Amino acid sequence: MSTRLHGTIKPIAESSVAVVVGIVAGAFLMLAFGYDPIRAYVALFYGAFGSTSGILESLAFATPLMVTAVTFAVGVRAALFNIGAEGQMYLGAIGATIVGGAMFLPAGVHPIAATLFAMGLGALWALPAAVLKIWRGVHEVVSTIMLNWIAFWFVTYLVRTYFGEPGRAERALPALPTARYAVIGETLTTVILVVVVFCIAVTVILWRTGIGFELRLVGDNPEAARYAGASASKAILVSFLVGGLAAGLAGASQILGRPPSWTLYATLGNLLNLGFNGIGVALIGKNHPIGGVFAAFFYGGLLHGGRFMEYNVGVASELVQAINGIIVIALAMPEVIAIIRKRRES
Amino acid sequence: MTPRRRLQWYIVGIVITLALMYVISLAGFGLPGLIETGLLAMTPLALAAVGECLNEQAGTVNVGMEGIFLITAVLGVYWAEVFGSGLYGLLFGALMGALIGLAFGVICVYGKANQVIAGMGLNIFALGLGPFLLMSIWGFPGIHIFSQDLMFQPLRFNIWGGFFSISPVTISAIILALLAYLLLKRTLFGIRIRASGENPIAVDVAGVSVARIRVLMCVVGGALAGLGGAFMPLGWFGGVVKEISAGRGFIALAAVVFAGLNPILALVASFIFGFSEAVAFTFVVSPGVKEIIPFYFVQMMPYAVTLTILTAAIGGKRFPRALGKPYVRE
Repeated sequence: MSTRLHGTIKPIAESSVAVVVGIVAGAFLMLAFGYDPIRAYVALFYGAFGSTSGILESLAFATPLMVTAVTFAVGVRAALFNIGAEGQMYLGAIGATIVGGAMFLPAGVHPIAATLFAMGLGALWALPAAVLKIWRGVHEVVSTIMLNWIAFWFVTYLVRTYFGEPGRAERALPALPTARYAVIGETLTTVILVVVVFCIAVTVILWRTGIGFELRLVGDNPEAARYAGASASKAILVSFLVGGLAAGLAGASQILGRPPSWTLYATLGNLLNLGFNGIGVALIGKNHPIGGVFAAFFYGGLLHGGRFMEYNVGVASELVQAINGIIVIALAMPEVIAIIRKRRES
Repeated sequence: MTPRRRLQWYIVGIVITLALMYVISLAGFGLPGLIETGLLAMTPLALAAVGECLNEQAGTVNVGMEGIFLITAVLGVYWAEVFGSGLYGLLFGALMGALIGLAFGVICVYGKANQVIAGMGLNIFALGLGPFLLMSIWGFPGIHIFSQDLMFQPLRFNIWGGFFSISPVTISAIILALLAYLLLKRTLFGIRIRASGENPIAVDVAGVSVARIRVLMCVVGGALAGLGGAFMPLGWFGGVVKEISAGRGFIALAAVVFAGLNPILALVASFIFGFSEAVAFTFVVSPGVKEIIPFYFVQMMPYAVTLTILTAAIGGKRFPRALGKPYVRE
């Protein structure tokens, strides 16, 4: 029990160190431009976590990040850097628009069908990267980024030419009322339950099934995996497909489960960077789907609170994104993180 | 793939490119104009790719060039406005890139960071810092157009019955690619760089600091990417937007992989990728074409071309054995 507890506390402590590094670096950036970091952070954290509505809204911001984090985490577990959540998520969003906004289905079936279709498109968009990796050894960092940009223009094209809302060129057909998830409060909907269940399911697959074991073995120790007869190709394929499903769900969550617009903007503005931020969230969550859920809540809070910071103190809310980057860099350094470990041992 | 087969691939590639150029010129698009734009588009890619070749030869992978592009594009314009000169903007862009490269190198070499994650962190950082700087410096979200007097002017030659312009930065990029090649293949220092990536223990035993070589190459790589980043607004677009880099940092990375860390081949790959961008730009505004191929598909072209060429030409390339691994003395 104590080792198990220790196994939970250590990653939390490590992530906390990185988060503090990020927040302090953010404070220096604010000082450099003459803002008051204390006031800014008070506004941010109070806005994010200081009230029930703030927490609900932070959870709404967290929802897509929980699953884009899974995309990256499942990749890392198989020793892949799948940074294609962004593009796979765009495909998911257009998939949700096609079934949820342009088709008529009965109320109970509609959100399920739309979500599944979105997840399928996300997985489909992850497939080329997996195939190129297995077949030709094309590095996934390059292939997924190229696919992200192709997806960006492809989805923009679909929104602008086929699925635009009549009379409102700036956005796609919104999800029909029958396809929408129920609102819990503020802009949080029951889609968060689907997302959390998905994260739990991925955890179960990774740690309780044969294929999950194989995937992690290939990621941890390719040499041993080869001797054990685990197929690297299968691990890569499964990792990308699960990642694609997750990213597709992230896209769907913003269309079928995000009031008040329930739609995809033609600039993809309401999706932009959710995939990349998922990388940071996954790393803060130590590449564990459940860890990612909590990390997403924290980072969703930063995103939501960032708006208060901008409104009250005038600090551009994009600073939050920069802080995320610094947290990722800090988490990349085992040496920095090891400082706390050494102190405990001595 | 044997070197001979690889050579065949390059010849096939060059023939296809030339044939494509010929067809395009027949269709009346004006080849000189296309090459001009292609060279402009090549410049940031080539600078970053040459820097990354040196960087990776020494054993460090920097996937954060996209981020360096973004930050130095914004800061390059800022310094150009401060000094009232595009040249200073470019130089300070390179300086900022070098500083980012230094930080990245220290983090990766002394902090023993996972290089891909640190590089992605740099990209995510830049995704936020770019718009943050645009907002904090000029108080306007997402875009800044500067006075066109600050543009770093190209050289103009009177050939082909018209003017052909080429930026001095483009010429520098080509020269730098050649110099980088000579440095790696013909000098003692070049051997040390390659040995740091191939067999760092040997370098260490010979009494040369692996860490210092790697950090230095990160600085050089950062400076070149920074010059490329500042070139985009100051030598090419005439303005800076928050998504100015548009995946070019990764296209440069693809060029490096394509080239198998050879700076001259990286230059060639950058030209191919840049040329496809030029073709895309031309298609977007060409009557007769823009009606047939939707704008959005034209926009995809540089990325699709990069992915296709990379897939076709990959294989048979040897990368340094210690690439991406922090060196720990035992």
